[in-house]
Amino acid sequence: MKACVAAVLWSTVLFAAGCKKDKTEVKPDPGKGSGSAAAGSAGGGNAPAGAVEVALACGSVSTELENCKIGAAAWEKKTGNKVKVITGPTASDAQLGLAQQQLAAGSTDIDVFNVDIVWPGILGTFFIDLKEHSKGAEKEHFEAIIANNTIDGKLVAMPWFTDAGILYYRKDLLEKYKEKVPTTWQELTDTAKKIQDGERKAGNKDIWGYVFQGKAYEGLTCNALEWIASFGGGTIIDPDGKITIDNPDATAALELAASWIGTIAPQGVLNYEEEEARGIFQGGNAVFMRNWPYAYKSAQDEKSPIKDKVGVAVLPKGAGANARSASALGGWNLAVSKFSKHPKEAADLVLYLTGPEEQKRRATAGGFQPTIVSLYQDKDVLAANPLFASLAESFKSAVPRPTTITKGKYNQASTAFWSAVHAVLSKEAKAKDSLADLKTKLEGLSRGGKW
Amino acid sequence: MSFLRVLAIPGQALERLAGRVLPASWRRSPWLFLAPMLIVLAVVAAWPLIRTIWLGFTDANLLQMDKAKWVGLDNYTGKGGLLHQKEWWLSVKNTLWFTLLTVSIETVLGMIVALVLHRTFPGRGIVRAAVLIPWAIPTVVSAKMWSWMLNDQFGVINHILLGLGIIDAPKAWTADPALLMPSLVMVDVWKTTPFMSLLILAALQMLPKECYEAAQLDGVHPVKVFFRVTLPLIRPALMVAIIFRALDAIRIFDLIQVLNGTRPQTMSMSIFARQQLIDFQEVGYGSAASTLLFFIVALLTVVYVVAGRVKLGER
Repeated sequence: MKACVAAVLWSTVLFAAGCKKDKTEVKPDPGKGSGSAAAGSAGGGNAPAGAVEVALACGSVSTELENCKIGAAAWEKKTGNKVKVITGPTASDAQLGLAQQQLAAGSTDIDVFNVDIVWPGILGTFFIDLKEHSKGAEKEHFEAIIANNTIDGKLVAMPWFTDAGILYYRKDLLEKYKEKVPTTWQELTDTAKKIQDGERKAGNKDIWGYVFQGKAYEGLTCNALEWIASFGGGTIIDPDGKITIDNPDATAALELAASWIGTIAPQGVLNYEEEEARGIFQGGNAVFMRNWPYAYKSAQDEKSPIKDKVGVAVLPKGAGANARSASALGGWNLAVSKFSKHPKEAADLVLYLTGPEEQKRRATAGGFQPTIVSLYQDKDVLAANPLFASLAESFKSAVPRPTTITKGKYNQASTAFWSAVHAVLSKEAKAKDSLADLKTKLEGLSRGGKW
Repeated sequence: MSFLRVLAIPGQALERLAGRVLPASWRRSPWLFLAPMLIVLAVVAAWPLIRTIWLGFTDANLLQMDKAKWVGLDNYTGKGGLLHQKEWWLSVKNTLWFTLLTVSIETVLGMIVALVLHRTFPGRGIVRAAVLIPWAIPTVVSAKMWSWMLNDQFGVINHILLGLGIIDAPKAWTADPALLMPSLVMVDVWKTTPFMSLLILAALQMLPKECYEAAQLDGVHPVKVFFRVTLPLIRPALMVAIIFRALDAIRIFDLIQVLNGTRPQTMSMSIFARQQLIDFQEVGYGSAASTLLFFIVALLTVVYVVAGRVKLGER
């Protein structure tokens, strides 16, 4: 009996020890030849002596991983080094949590990080200065993104692909009601109401005028920043750290947005992220939608009810003297960890992946918006993505979120901002009071503007 | 005879037997066998707990863990401290309210389901297995599933209710402030009633049949039988099930996080702690919040066990 128990215990211990497997690694198999070409990661067994292995963290939303692997394989072929591709969770904030834990522990497991546009401020101190390796390559990219990625004079991440909020509209409905594409938010409100009421009278009871991201999360920070900046209300915190949010333009912007809930936007918009809004627009139940460019491909899919009925435009302006069109700047970048054992090779990988050749390939094959300005005039890119021509304007008017100045406190500042906006949208607070409270909170957070 | 006392008898008998028959060395070997588990528990549970409590007294930041300084009770009672933070108290209120609602509804529903499953009917085995499905699905998966079903525009729930004529306009289950807590409670009740019903069913199956036969002979009404015979007999097991559920509900995280994110009106204590720890990188403050949560759970357990023991002792 005792022997039986002992045997069971030992076998359990051995089993547990042997079963340790790192689920996040996707190691290219060095023994066999490269498997399916589409999976990339050429597992060439004959890496020349002196070849270095660089660990690259890839994104995993839709085709990100596949394209990442193809790019990595091309670099492997060119330089003879090896790339270990590492995947993580799809949600951006989940990836941030993991990246923070890795970097805070000084881990050498990942050399090249996939960095969201709002992270350079938070993680900047953990990345090397890429200006020393880039030989001026950063001048080819959009200035706004490079400025966003420069912390205390260091270029901590190279732009890889970009995103900016755009306005989607139903071409067929605008034509039917003889309305033009709105250029101001007030025009959008009026047009949306008119078409919504008209369509409802005609029998389509489920239709709404405008859907956007109104849940209390980072997406609301993007939407609200667009409203406020478009009214000339500033960018919450200006680049010197001064809190500028409490002003009449911002108040006007939020009051207009709050008036949409229940009139042209469904009550549920207060819990919509990108996919919920896209679900409603793509189902044919919204006249206008604010979303990222990714939604265009699905809208034009074979099975989409609104195929060929969708148009895109820059987001509307606000009212007032400083009104302008404003899109929140999104997108992802690549950075090299300062704990990396092979910073030179890692930087070389970054510069290759963010270089014109790879960005062009990703734009034509995967629809990823390039960050290199000249590619927006490239014939092949535009042929594969007719959308890009109209997007270039949005990228030029892109407004970055105030991450560079808030650095490590960005998440707290953003949470305070989206909570304040959400309170106004759900009519729990008046715009003026909410913004005044927000200003006090941000001043407390920043110790009077000194972030 | 109390359910728990019944279980204790074999243990006591073994102890007496061990004292009389087994040599002293054999009395040490249980500790040797338990040692690996105790060591693992100490490393996996006790060490992180102590470290969290210790971190709650510092101002550690996730990005600069080595620069943590001792700040004493600042995180609790200081100017920006937890006890003065209205978001913390709001999350406490949300959690306690959520716990009260879900545990009471689940107990009642669980009891009903258990009573039904206690009866013999054809297909009972399959029904018992099917009843467990909500409990078996990982919470994150079922929460995401419900969030799509509760969507106000294309969700199935609104579609059904509109079709049946119960509501006349789509309801925003996850956005309307009045419906936030009810929809969370509903999803949790769907998920956890099977757990309660299973625990209660186990207790029901251990009941002696003689009491029921006697009651039948006396012609006692079934409802009275339930309240006077069944309920007192399963009360110890019921108390155990309730405390398990209550402790789980106080620590609720995944359901609310997936359905409502970090929205203050439904934020629970765990979500608050995680937001501080991971989103804001405030390890010191977040650890203080986790410690408070731990103490609230511990307090509830102690109160419950003490109150429960007093009642049992009176019999």
